[in-house]
Amino acid sequence: MAEPRIIIVGAGPAGIRAAGMLVAAGLRPVLLDEGQRDGGQIYRRQPEGFTRTPEQLYGTEAARAVALHQSFERLKPQIDYRPRHLAWNVADGVVHTISEGKPGQFAYDVLIIAAGATDRLLPVKGWQHAGVYSLGGAQIALKAQACAIGRKVVFLGTGPLLQLVALQYHKAGAQVVALLDTSPFLKQVLALPKLAARPAMLVKGLRLVGGLMASGMAIHRGVTPVEIHGEAEAGVTGVSVRLASGEIRRFDCDAVGLGYHLRPEAQLADLARCAFTFDAKTRQFWPEIDADGRSSVAGVYLAGDGVRTQGADGAEISGALAACAVLADLGRPVPEAERAALREQGRIMERFREGIAEAYPWPAHLAADLPDDAILCRCEGITVGELREAATEKGADEVNRAKALTRVGMGRCQGRYCGHAGAEIVAAATGVPLEAVGRLRGQAPVKPLPVAAGEVQP
Amino acid sequence: MGSSGQARFIRLGETSRARIALTVDGETIEALEGDSLLVAILTARGRLRRSEFGPEARSGFCLMAACQDCWVWTADGHRLRACDTPARAGLSLVTEQPELSWPNRA
Ligand SMILES: Cc1cc2nc3c(=O)[nH]c(=O)nc-3n(C[C@H](O)[C@H](O)[C@H](O)COP(=O)(O)OP(=O)(O)OC[C@H]3O[C@@H](n4cnc5c(N)ncnc54)[C@H](O)[C@@H]3O)c2cc1C
Ligand code: FES
Repeated sequence: MAEPRIIIVGAGPAGIRAAGMLVAAGLRPVLLDEGQRDGGQIYRRQPEGFTRTPEQLYGTEAARAVALHQSFERLKPQIDYRPRHLAWNVADGVVHTISEGKPGQFAYDVLIIAAGATDRLLPVKGWQHAGVYSLGGAQIALKAQACAIGRKVVFLGTGPLLQLVALQYHKAGAQVVALLDTSPFLKQVLALPKLAARPAMLVKGLRLVGGLMASGMAIHRGVTPVEIHGEAEAGVTGVSVRLASGEIRRFDCDAVGLGYHLRPEAQLADLARCAFTFDAKTRQFWPEIDADGRSSVAGVYLAGDGVRTQGADGAEISGALAACAVLADLGRPVPEAERAALREQGRIMERFREGIAEAYPWPAHLAADLPDDAILCRCEGITVGELREAATEKGADEVNRAKALTRVGMGRCQGRYCGHAGAEIVAAATGVPLEAVGRLRGQAPVKPLPVAAGEVQP
Repeated sequence: MGSSGQARFIRLGETSRARIALTVDGETIEALEGDSLLVAILTARGRLRRSEFGPEARSGFCLMAACQDCWVWTADGHRLRACDTPARAGLSLVTEQPELSWPNRA
C-alpha cells in the first residue's frame, strides 16, 4: 500500500503529540502551523534574543514546556514541518494553505485538526475602546513580548485563565488594580468533586488562589459587568461592575483583560463537513467526536482545545489518541497498552473539563441583559439593539440569517468574538432555544488572506 | 501629549535587546529587536489605528492573529498584521488604510 498522506494542522501540544505517535509508527506526517515557531498557545516560545528562563515564562508548567519543545526538536527531521502556513480551507480532500503570500495545496488521506482555541468573549458596554484586550492577548503581551497591556490593569470575566493571567501580571511587576470574576465562589466549591479528578491540578489551582490573595490586588467574585468607561482618543479610563453585595463600584484603569474561558477554533472541522453537536452545559456547538477523536467524516480526526477545552495535558492525550485512531483505521499496529492508558487519562481530563465549566460558567444571562446601545460587533460597531431588532422585527431567529441582515459575524474577526453572545441575544429576544438559533457556519477563508492572495478562489 | 497619545504598553523586562528605528505615519519611533510591530508601535504611542466604523482609536485585541484588529500598511500598500509581524529596522508604516476595501469574503 502506498504511504498514506497525513496532514496535521496545528503545532501545539495536541498536534505535536499526534505527530510523535505517527512517527513512532514509521509514518511521516506533514505538520502545518500558522505560527513562526512551534509550541502552540500555552507553550508559546519567545522570539530569539529574549532571555527569560522557562521558569519565568511557564511557571509551574516549565518542565512540561521544555519537554514538549525538546521532543519537537527531535521530531522535526522526521516530519514535514511547515511553519508560517495558514490552512485557510479544507475541501474535497485538500487543505489549502497560504505562506508568505504563496498559495499551496496539500491533498490528504488522513487529516488531524488540532487548531486550538481562542478566548470566549462576552461583550460589555464600552469594550470597543483601545486598551481592552482578550485575556489571551494580555497573556501573550507578557509571555511573548515582556510587556503589560497598560499601567493600571483590570482583569474581568471568568475562567481559569482570568486568575492565572492576573497573577502572572502581578508577579512580572505590573499593577493589577482588580480581578473581577463573574462566577460566584460557591460554583467553585460545588465543582470540587469533579476538579478533584486531577488532584495535582487542583492543588496548583488552590496555590494560584493563595498567590492572588497574598498579592493585595482587589478580588471580587460574583460580579456583574456594567460598563468599560473610555474616551475615543485616550481609550479605556475605568471599569464599573455591580458587586455581589449590589453596590456598583468603579475601578480606574487604562487597560482591561477580558475573557470568559475558551472556545474551540472549529472552522476547519466545519469546512471538512464534520457534524456538530450542541453542548447544553457550556451553551455552544462543537464538533462531534468519539472517545479517540474520530469526527463524523471518515479520515478526519480532531484533537486538543480545538474540539474540547481540556487544557494542555488533555491536548497532549487527545493528540496521541487521535494518532492511535489513525493507526487503527489504516490497519497498522496500535500500541494497545498505551492506548488503554491514554483512554483512561482522557476520561479524567474530560471529568476535569466539566468541573472547570461548572466552576466558571458561561454567564449567558449577561448577554441577554446587554443594553441596546452596547456595541456587540467591535469590528464594525454594530449594536446589540440592531441585532435584537433584526431578530424580533425581521424574523431573524437563526444566527446566519441575522448575520446576513445585520453583518454581525461578518467583520474582520468573522464572528469569533461576538458569535456566542450574538446567539444568546437572538435566543433571549425571540424565545427560540439557543440550540435552534444555531451557530455561525464556518466559511473559507478561515482568516482574511493577504491582499495579494485575494485572487485565490476557494 | 501628541495626537497619538502616550505609550499604551509598558515594558516589564527584556530591555537590553538591540534598538531599532522604524517610521510610523512619518514619525520615527524606537523599538527593540524581537518586538512585534504591535508592541513596537504601542510602546511608542497610544493607538494603532482609528476605527472605520466609530470614533474610537484602536490598539488590537487578541494578539494571536484571530481578530484582525491590528492591520497596518507599508508605505507601498501591503497590509500587515501587526501582532504577528516582527518589527524590522527601517520599516515605514502607515496606520490609515490606503483604500477602503479588503478581501474579506467571510
Ligand atoms: C491565548 C491563550 C492562552 C492560554 N494560556 C494558557 C495557560 O497559560 N495555561 C494553560 O494551562 N492553558 C492555556 N491555554 C489553553 C491552552 O491553549 C491549551 O490547553 C493548549 O495550548 C492546547 O493545545 P492545542 O494543541 O490543542 O492547541 P494550541 O496550543 O492552541 O495550538 C494550536 C496551533 O494551531 C495553529 N493553528 C490554528 N489554526 C490554524 C490554521 N488555520 N492554519 C495553521 N495553523 C493553525 C496555531 O498557530 C497553534 O500553534 C491558553 C489558550 C489560549 C487561546
Ligand atoms: S490583535 Fe488580533 S489579529 Fe492582531
